[in-house]
Amino acid sequence: MHVHKSEFDPHSNDAPTKPPLDPHLKALENEAIHIFREVAAEFERPVMLYSIGKDSSVLLHVARKAFYPGRVPFPLLHVDTGWKFKEMIAFRDETAERYDLDLIVHTNPRGAAENVSPFSHGSSRYTDIMKTEALRQALDAGQFDAAFGGARRDEEASRAKERIYSFRTPDHRWDPRNQRPELWNIYNGMIQRGESVRAFPLSNWTEVDIWRYIQAENIPLVPLYYAKPRPYIERDGMMILAEDPRLELLPGETVQEGMIRFRTLGCFPLTGAIRSEATTLDEVISELEIATVSERQGRAIDRDQSGSMEKKKREGYF
Amino acid sequence: MTAANTVLAIAHPETQPAPAVRDSRPLRLITCGSVDDGKSTLIGRLLWDTKAVKEDQAATLARESSGKQNDLGLPDFALLLDGLQAEREQGITIDVAYRYFSTDKRSFIVADTPGHEQYTRNMATGASTADLAVLLVDARAGLLVQTRRHATIASLMGIRQFVLAVNKIDLTDYDRAGFDAISLEFRELALSLGVRQVTAIPMSALKGENVVYPGTATMPWYDGPTLVEALELATLRGAQTTGFRLPVQRVSRPGESFRGYQGTVAGGSVKPGDSVAILPSGQLANVKQIVTFDLVRNAAVSGDAITLVLDRQVDVSRGDMIVALENQPLTGRSFDAQIVALQPDGIQPGKRYWLKAGSRRQRVMVEPVSQLDLASGKWTPATELAVNAIGRVHLAFDETAIFDPYDQNRTTGAFILIDPDTNNTVAGGMVSAQRAGFGGLNADAARVVLSLPADLADQLLAGELLSSRRDEIEVRRMTAGEAQAIFEQTNG
Repeated sequence: MHVHKSEFDPHSNDAPTKPPLDPHLKALENEAIHIFREVAAEFERPVMLYSIGKDSSVLLHVARKAFYPGRVPFPLLHVDTGWKFKEMIAFRDETAERYDLDLIVHTNPRGAAENVSPFSHGSSRYTDIMKTEALRQALDAGQFDAAFGGARRDEEASRAKERIYSFRTPDHRWDPRNQRPELWNIYNGMIQRGESVRAFPLSNWTEVDIWRYIQAENIPLVPLYYAKPRPYIERDGMMILAEDPRLELLPGETVQEGMIRFRTLGCFPLTGAIRSEATTLDEVISELEIATVSERQGRAIDRDQSGSMEKKKREGYF
Repeated sequence: MTAANTVLAIAHPETQPAPAVRDSRPLRLITCGSVDDGKSTLIGRLLWDTKAVKEDQAATLARESSGKQNDLGLPDFALLLDGLQAEREQGITIDVAYRYFSTDKRSFIVADTPGHEQYTRNMATGASTADLAVLLVDARAGLLVQTRRHATIASLMGIRQFVLAVNKIDLTDYDRAGFDAISLEFRELALSLGVRQVTAIPMSALKGENVVYPGTATMPWYDGPTLVEALELATLRGAQTTGFRLPVQRVSRPGESFRGYQGTVAGGSVKPGDSVAILPSGQLANVKQIVTFDLVRNAAVSGDAITLVLDRQVDVSRGDMIVALENQPLTGRSFDAQIVALQPDGIQPGKRYWLKAGSRRQRVMVEPVSQLDLASGKWTPATELAVNAIGRVHLAFDETAIFDPYDQNRTTGAFILIDPDTNNTVAGGMVSAQRAGFGGLNADAARVVLSLPADLADQLLAGELLSSRRDEIEVRRMTAGEAQAIFEQTNG
């Protein structure tokens, strides 16, 4: 569907009427729209990293708002490790279709050829090859000079120091000790050929803001965020979804079924579920407001080693 | 409330009232102080007592701070804040970090800046977006030279609300007279900087007294707000006294019949039917529509990201500014400003930098005039500015620049300087005024108008003599025909 292909007519506005956003969310949305427009105007080849999760869904929604009544003026890039949840891939393709988006899907051919998997190579090496290296390949191939990401500063300690325009060398490295100062809402987009910028429009949002915004704006999400009876196994203290035939059971493991959902979505072998009865958005939010565990707790890759996110980021990971 | 009660309150989050719907935009604040003042402990305490620290983060913290736990059995909060490996290894904080917490009344964004190395640069960065500054002092030491420095930088960056956190009050046996003396001295300092909104709070960040929970049990003599209450009551920096301003970020042309100008309203408000001017061209138009994704709006105010449609064909591009016809910003080629030098190379006189203000980027020559001595608050003459220096400068542009004075509008009065050789951001600046008429300082002197071929003019302007007095020279670029018309007009 491409609603605004024809002439713009303000009297036939198709957006549903809904109550205005509360001022807090409105301020965050305004800031994000400003960043989107600034990057789109200043860079030659921007791209938006799209990971299909809730933050990406918010990022995409704000992008559509920023460029309305025009369409989103850059492609979306999904780095597909081949180990994503099935429902994520279906949701991704449906979303691209619904909003008339240019979608690029990239899988690291070397990793695919060598059958690199989180089981055979360990989560750290797997992430290096199938995520970080794949991302660098895709960014190089598209000659993208700016890449939007949905990262937030409240997610993790090294992200708290990330700029909104985060400068990267030609080999995509981040130097946290030598970042450009960022004052007011004036962003320095000047780079040499080959260098690039990662831009984070949602920098100042918190997890609760993301959920409240999804609720207020009625943004569709992958159903995995909502609880329902699902098969799972327990491994290393995590509940792993057991529906992909590639998941081989280790001695002592049995497939159980229970009401579970996911707080973040990534590769299914590395993403732990939580027990939950929250089947609707309202229930998820009320669960969140009393939650005492941070959302990245379910992510195996953050726990590999101390300072692990910073290390990955220096090497080009988002 | 005693320390024991505070810990109890942490352990029972269900005793807190359920969060109400927030009715306010986030308050941005900056915290200033050195490691010794207990700044990390204060911020850690804020995050801890407002439950912005999750269980697993706390567990990591407890694991990493083995042996460093304080006598209250709480983790070492500094470890929560120092996000980068280098910092943890060296035990220092090297850059600005942003923290988030909220109460049932409001949400907060804290720019956490280090108090020692490069403090001017980092403080200026954090203060540029802040509505309020929390200045931290040790109750035993009182105001230090660096307190004056921090307050001066905060006020220069346009912050008009201070909270003085008199920390470690427990180590003075909750001495009221000592607190009163420090508060009084600070109020005088703030007043000298033009800051009238000052709240002084005696507190112990370590024990959690007067941060989130009141310290009534140990300080019955204090009846003012806790830190969080003071922050909840603070006002946002929306007080911009200029008219409507829309720096144009991009032009939207999705179809033949639609042409909208996209940007964030940087001052005043706008509604359909308003008369506007487009700068720098000076063309006039009326507002036809304000378009957003959600609905066609009947008004937009400062901070709104909008798409503006005008009632006639005009030439508008990125970097232009659409402004209220009745209340326009300053336009010209020569301005006075204050800047903060951010990089080791400082600011070189005679060098041509890029200046970015809003969405407008143009070439500028920067001539330092004087430099602020932060210890004494005095300005002394200067011809160049080293890193971390705060200076007064003249700005000379090749083409028309558009500004409001910073004290009237913190968005349209601010700019950054970019070194064309490194592409790095080398200064942040605030416009104070437009320089009067031709020639600045020598406004009354006789002048000569020359008309030269462009290539010759460029060669001359690049020469040493002219570039040394570039600020006194006005240059207009035009066609030979236009130049001829001006000369004919002058001859009468």
